[in-house]
Amino acid sequence: MTPHMLTRSLDRGATIFLAVVAACGILIPLSNLLLPAGSFLQVPTYLVALWGKYVCYAILALSIDLIWGYCGILSLGHGAFFALGGYAMGMYLMRQIGSRGVYGNPVLPDFMVFLNYSKLPWSWYGFDMFWFAALMVLVVPGLLAFCFGWLAFRSRVTGVYLSIITQAMTYALLLAFFRNDFGFGGNNGLTDFKDILGFNVQAEGTRAALFALSCLALILSFLICRSVVSSKLGKVLIAIRDAESRSRFLGYRVESYKLFVFTLSACMAGVAGALYVPQVGIINPSEFAPGNSIEAVIWVAVGGRGTLVGAALGAVVVNYAKTVFTSGMLAPYWLFMLGAMFILVTLLLPKGIVGTFNAWWDQLKEKRTAATTTSVAAEDSVTEPKMAE
Amino acid sequence: MPTNLSARLCSFVLSLFLIAFALPAFAGPFEDAVAKFANDDFSDTDEAIGVVAGSGNKLALPIISALQDGRLMADPDSKKVYVTGADGKSIDAATGEPVASVPDSASAVRLNNRLRRSVDTAIGNLTLQSPDVGTRLQAAQSVFKSHEETALEPVDAALAKETNKSVKAALGDARAAILLFKPDATEVEKLEAVATLKARGDQEAMALLTGMGDQPATVTKAAASAISSIQSSLAVWSMVQNAWYGLSLGSVLLLAAIGLAITFGVMGVINMAHGEMVMIGAYTTFVVQEVIRTRYPGLFDYSLLIAVPLAFLVAGALGVLIERSIIRFLYGRPLETLLATWGLSLVLQQAVRTMFGPTNREVGNPSWMSGAFELGQITITYNRLWILVFTLAVFAILLAMLRYTALGLEMRAVTQNRRMAASMGIATSRVDALTFGLGSGIAGIAGVALSQIDNVSPNLGQSYIIDSFMVVVFGGVGNLWGTLVGAFTLGIANKFLEPVAGAVLGKIAILVLIILFIQKRPRGLFALKGRAVEA
Repeated sequence: MTPHMLTRSLDRGATIFLAVVAACGILIPLSNLLLPAGSFLQVPTYLVALWGKYVCYAILALSIDLIWGYCGILSLGHGAFFALGGYAMGMYLMRQIGSRGVYGNPVLPDFMVFLNYSKLPWSWYGFDMFWFAALMVLVVPGLLAFCFGWLAFRSRVTGVYLSIITQAMTYALLLAFFRNDFGFGGNNGLTDFKDILGFNVQAEGTRAALFALSCLALILSFLICRSVVSSKLGKVLIAIRDAESRSRFLGYRVESYKLFVFTLSACMAGVAGALYVPQVGIINPSEFAPGNSIEAVIWVAVGGRGTLVGAALGAVVVNYAKTVFTSGMLAPYWLFMLGAMFILVTLLLPKGIVGTFNAWWDQLKEKRTAATTTSVAAEDSVTEPKMAE
Repeated sequence: MPTNLSARLCSFVLSLFLIAFALPAFAGPFEDAVAKFANDDFSDTDEAIGVVAGSGNKLALPIISALQDGRLMADPDSKKVYVTGADGKSIDAATGEPVASVPDSASAVRLNNRLRRSVDTAIGNLTLQSPDVGTRLQAAQSVFKSHEETALEPVDAALAKETNKSVKAALGDARAAILLFKPDATEVEKLEAVATLKARGDQEAMALLTGMGDQPATVTKAAASAISSIQSSLAVWSMVQNAWYGLSLGSVLLLAAIGLAITFGVMGVINMAHGEMVMIGAYTTFVVQEVIRTRYPGLFDYSLLIAVPLAFLVAGALGVLIERSIIRFLYGRPLETLLATWGLSLVLQQAVRTMFGPTNREVGNPSWMSGAFELGQITITYNRLWILVFTLAVFAILLAMLRYTALGLEMRAVTQNRRMAASMGIATSRVDALTFGLGSGIAGIAGVALSQIDNVSPNLGQSYIIDSFMVVVFGGVGNLWGTLVGAFTLGIANKFLEPVAGAVLGKIAILVLIILFIQKRPRGLFALKGRAVEA
């Protein structure tokens, strides 16, 4: 990523977004740690963890927007990549517990002792080393996405068919991870974490650091996505989104482009999951539930499909609404609210919050230029979603 | 005089004897045996069971069954034994006369495991000649299981009198089982026994043959060949069983997927709220049954017949409403339709949860849908059978509708070429609304059927949605036969994989296989052929 590419890829919205995320990433942890508890400006620790969760969701939303908004691949199984990254991190955290578990076994995690494992399954080898776990956070979701995408894109499975089989994929993983003998903790999942890199995961300092790290990861993911979509590669992706066959006939290897962006997106989702797990303190198979993946898609739709800022914003807005709704008297109405959001956004706000705002902004500018010049405004069709015949 | 005297003496003694035998109030072997229960000694009790069971007294069965249930009360002081009935009334076990109350000093006669076996055998023998056919059959089967040597005589006696065919067969099996285990039975008898068991040919017969212990060489050889023949017949039956389970699962899948196939096939609309239409059908059944229970209890057996058209109307009307208010604005944007209908499914689920509560609702089986019958070595439940029949009927009606009605013709035209159909004057938007209503209505009647075998809860539809999509994707779009083949293939494959891989792994394997299958045929088994570049 050269400085030239960076400057080219950053418009005003993106710059504002990055500045806000960076400011949050620095100020919230500092306020939490330095200001006295109970002070007006001090951010309590529980909020740091909660916002840390939102930031992880924002990374997941970015990864979905990268493939859906820019390449037209609607994955209903991205929660699977998120959860796989989370499990890789969870396995590292489990191995760090060591002999402090309930059964005090120095090698085997508690659930394995409970299930009468005599030795560590091969799939757990190496997860006592952070670098290995961090590598697996990228490799496992990436490899799954690569194999899955290679099979699917090569045989031209597109549109709703792809959506349905991605959903089947996460459903199959859900069933598998629910099994005790699969070796990943069954339906209880992995929890009771103690340390990460020698720091106590419960400590305020660690939480603040994890929050800052998540913000950094969000910034990096955003820059990566931004540089992908504003490069020549990105233009081809948009061409594939809008007219796949035509792009193919023009000589582009559609499946290779799709495969690249799908794998990249899965790796990003894996990183989001890995940052999510130490902040919420648990990972269990329900993260694979198809509903979660679809919910993540609606974050993108609400924020604005095809606008990276919108995806991140949508994740934060929808999840904030979820927290507000599910914690109070309104809890029984959350599903009505969420369902209505799905329907209304697709019907009335197909471009999402940011997309609609952009369109309105452009219109405003056009009017201004039309007032000064007589030239006809150029049509803007970049963010127009694909219209099938 | 002396002759006279001796004659009178004789007649006196004779009448004494007569009295002694005619009036059970006097001590006889039966009464002695009954009194032995009061000793509270296990070996005395065992002896008493044998004598009482063999006595032929009409009190024998009540006494032994009271002993089995702990209702036989014995007073150790007076040596009196009482049978307390289930209704709380008691009789004297020796005479059968009712008594006002059992003394407080009496306690239930205790049993140990060995005695419990003798009690079971005794009851088996006693009930072999009961007037009730069901009781006799059960008794014969229990003798077959216990195959005690002592039961041979009662079985032979019962066999001589028996007229019912199935009881006779069961008695024959029981006799064979006894003879096989009887050490002093002749070789011929044993060979006959092996042949009888071979003809029976089930798991139990095989268990007897494998566990029969030391036998003459010819019998061992005959048994070995019988075992291998039973094994191969059992293997065939287990295949048949799996196939039946597969057909049953396939019919459920077909029922759930068929409406989806219509909406997806004709309109290209992925309806994620399809499962909720199934759920609404199931809740319609619940409401119908509630009304029937409170107002017209006599109509309960017809509740499903009433629920089917109602569920079709309720779900179908809702479907038309959904199409008119949401889906028609999203044509040509399949991914957005998918999201909007998913949102709709959340709303419908939550609405039902608010109205009917989050827990399972009780939907009963009418009498003609409960129970089961035996077919060879497998058991077929009526509800599964009726659902299979119902599914095929729905399929046939739908097929006929698509083929012979004007609406069906229009639907097929729209499926094959929407723009051409519109150019020919077909009101495609009307066809769309009706198609969506039809698909939803069929989901509704699927709900009626599924309410008979599944829990009626707000999550009912969720558990079918992924499977139904798999069926549609596997079978291909635009052809109902594809859905039929897809549903039954997946159902049968699932049930054949289950014993090998376990239920969950089997399901995972199926999902993986479908994902791989899609690679080969991205448009399913029965894809519509066309020249369009993009569907």
